[in-house]
Amino acid sequence: MRRIISILMENQPGALSRVVGLFSQRNYNIHSLTVAPTDDETLSRLTLTTDGDDRKIEQIVKHLNKLVDVAKLVDLTEGSHIERELMLVKVKATGAQRAEVKRVADIFRGDVVDITPTMYTIQLTGTSEKLDGFLAALAGTPILEVVRSGVSGIARGEKVLSL
Amino acid sequence: MALLSGGEALIRALHDEGVELIFGYPGGAALHIYDAIFTQDKVDHILVRHEQAATHAADGYARATGKPGVVLVTSGPGATNAITGIATAFMDSIPMIVISGQVTRDAIGSDAFQETDMIGVSRPIVKHSFMVQNAQDIPEIVKKAFYIATTGRPGPVVIDIPKDVTDPNVKFEYSYPESVKIRSYSPPTKGHSGQIKKAVDILLSAKRPIIYSGGGVVIGGGSELLTALAHKLGCPVTNTLMGLGAFPGTDKQFVGMLGMHGTYEANMAMHESDVILAVGARFDDRVTNTDISKFCPDATILHIDIDPAAISKTVTAHVPIVGPVIPVLKEMLDLVEAGKNKIDREAQKVWWERIEQWRARKCLEVKPAEGEVIKPQQVIQALYEVTKGDAYVTSDVGQHQMFAAQHYLFDKPRRWINSGGLGTMGFGLPAAMGVQLAFPEATVACVTGEGSIQMNIQELATCTQCALPIKIVNLNNQSLGMVRQWQDMQYGGRHSHSTYADSLPDFVKLAEAYGHVGIRIEKLSELKSKMAEAFAIKDRLVFLDIAVDPTEHVYPMAVRGGAMSEMYLSKTERT
Ligand SMILES: Cc1ncc(C[n+]2csc(CCOP(=O)(O)OP(=O)(O)O)c2C)c(N)n1
Ligand SMILES: [Mg+2]
Repeated sequence: MRRIISILMENQPGALSRVVGLFSQRNYNIHSLTVAPTDDETLSRLTLTTDGDDRKIEQIVKHLNKLVDVAKLVDLTEGSHIERELMLVKVKATGAQRAEVKRVADIFRGDVVDITPTMYTIQLTGTSEKLDGFLAALAGTPILEVVRSGVSGIARGEKVLSL
Repeated sequence: MALLSGGEALIRALHDEGVELIFGYPGGAALHIYDAIFTQDKVDHILVRHEQAATHAADGYARATGKPGVVLVTSGPGATNAITGIATAFMDSIPMIVISGQVTRDAIGSDAFQETDMIGVSRPIVKHSFMVQNAQDIPEIVKKAFYIATTGRPGPVVIDIPKDVTDPNVKFEYSYPESVKIRSYSPPTKGHSGQIKKAVDILLSAKRPIIYSGGGVVIGGGSELLTALAHKLGCPVTNTLMGLGAFPGTDKQFVGMLGMHGTYEANMAMHESDVILAVGARFDDRVTNTDISKFCPDATILHIDIDPAAISKTVTAHVPIVGPVIPVLKEMLDLVEAGKNKIDREAQKVWWERIEQWRARKCLEVKPAEGEVIKPQQVIQALYEVTKGDAYVTSDVGQHQMFAAQHYLFDKPRRWINSGGLGTMGFGLPAAMGVQLAFPEATVACVTGEGSIQMNIQELATCTQCALPIKIVNLNNQSLGMVRQWQDMQYGGRHSHSTYADSLPDFVKLAEAYGHVGIRIEKLSELKSKMAEAFAIKDRLVFLDIAVDPTEHVYPMAVRGGAMSEMYLSKTERT
């Protein structure tokens, strides 16, 4: 099952490599990973998606918790949560395709953030599933480049991941 | 407050941390630090002959004393040579601080002379690591490093120090912090009382309970409490290879080591038990064998460990208890005392009768060889007698290690010092140096094989320089015995690259060349007398080169992929 694990860790050199190293060392997958400092500059928030059964996820969580730089973490998929991913897509948009691409982008609430006479760059945010859906809907349109940020997430309601 | 350079501050910080002894080897990036060592006399430095030996010596020191071992090496090859020893300590949860020199800050990343990314190379085998960016940070980093290495589940911590950070000309005001707090690191201090109560209730109503105790009991200082608990419960106790001595080897409740080369009675009792109390043990594959589904089918598993990740990693615990052994066992002991009349003594009697039947099989009994041929087990038995069971015994890796674990009965923790998790050949001699330096008056024996001893043989020179009266007991079977045994059992007796009888050195002459005493033993009738003669020499290192039966195998041996009850008991018998 796909899981979103969100980690609060020391904003220290080496901290990220320890998290990433743990995954390769123990043969766990990382599908996406995003990291940036929080409002408190001494802390970073790292969000990653992985998969595994409950047993494997339990091990991943325990091993992450053992890392000295990791202060706290949560498996967001355990409760209700909000997840977002940002995607920038450069597509070929000429002739009749130009209007069609714009129409699909509108349906998915994407924004055209850059244009050239032959191309659109579209920005889209949402769940990973929605972004996948958008790419599928573009089928037939030549996609030139895709950049995805990886998943960020936060728990719904009053639950807070902080020190 | 004193004005100190980074190099001086480092050594002062070690002293302020209580360090008396470090093990190391100099080189360019560490020379400022070595100069700081030269100008003081509070921290002693032992010059080894290979950095791997520095880590094993520090490791042996740590295992014997419970205090962290400290290592100092230079950058590049010095640092990489230390890697095997760091991995060894990591696998066995040994507190260790490894200080490595690094190229200057401005040269990092430029492929400078003797530059290796030590933080990167060591990352998967350390508990934590620090790269020092400023000399002023040294005291706090040292304090943090010791705190992390010695608390929770202990482990090695690397401190990588660029050379310019230790520059003797750049001084700063030194003060050593009294304590540290690391907000992202808080090892558990006690167990969950509800879980402990639940575990005790299950233990008290058990019909066939067994205690399975591991290295965590030794490291956590829980031997006395564990022994008291076992006596109160009256149940059998088995120790892992790492846990030997945590419960007295001569106690009648002790059923021997368990696992791959464990005793018949220990493995049978595990397999047939209805409740297993696992303490500071990690259900390692050398214990459980490879097929977890066959592991102890009837047992309810109560698992105490300080590391939550060790619990339910391979075998699912029914009652997990995360916490240090001492407070957890104390709490259990009180509850067991209060509820001891609930123990089913009738069932226990039946249980012990079965165990005695298994014991009666005498799985470790040695069949003497023909004539004067010495069996390796007989060497360990002689060692046990001559040292009255009271030596520190370090070991290398192979058949000799298993024979020592099976036949030397350790009554105290921290006496049996071996590389259990990583199985590092070459560990024994340097580890013995660390032990002997910690306890100059103690009898320290290094049980080894002619294969393993040659992996760190150069340390005979360190022993000369430091006048270490270690007794090396070389079970010379002229082969990589354990490899050969597997080839006999699984590869149709094809001894691919496991023998070298025609190229072995004359160990007696070799020992003498280093200034030590060498004694060769070839006859069974001379075994005990020559062994006694060697141990009577109190002020010299003695290298006992003992010719043992090269065809001998270690038994019992677990049947691969089988349950714990499935063992080979000799070359011709299996359960
Ligand atoms: C550094 C290292 N290399 C290889 C091995 C694999 N290995 C395990 S036991 C063994 C043979 C050890 O030979 P020896 O020291 O003579 O002991 P014996 O088994 O003969 O008693 C080998 C090669 C190891 N454990 N460590
Ligand atoms: Mg050998």
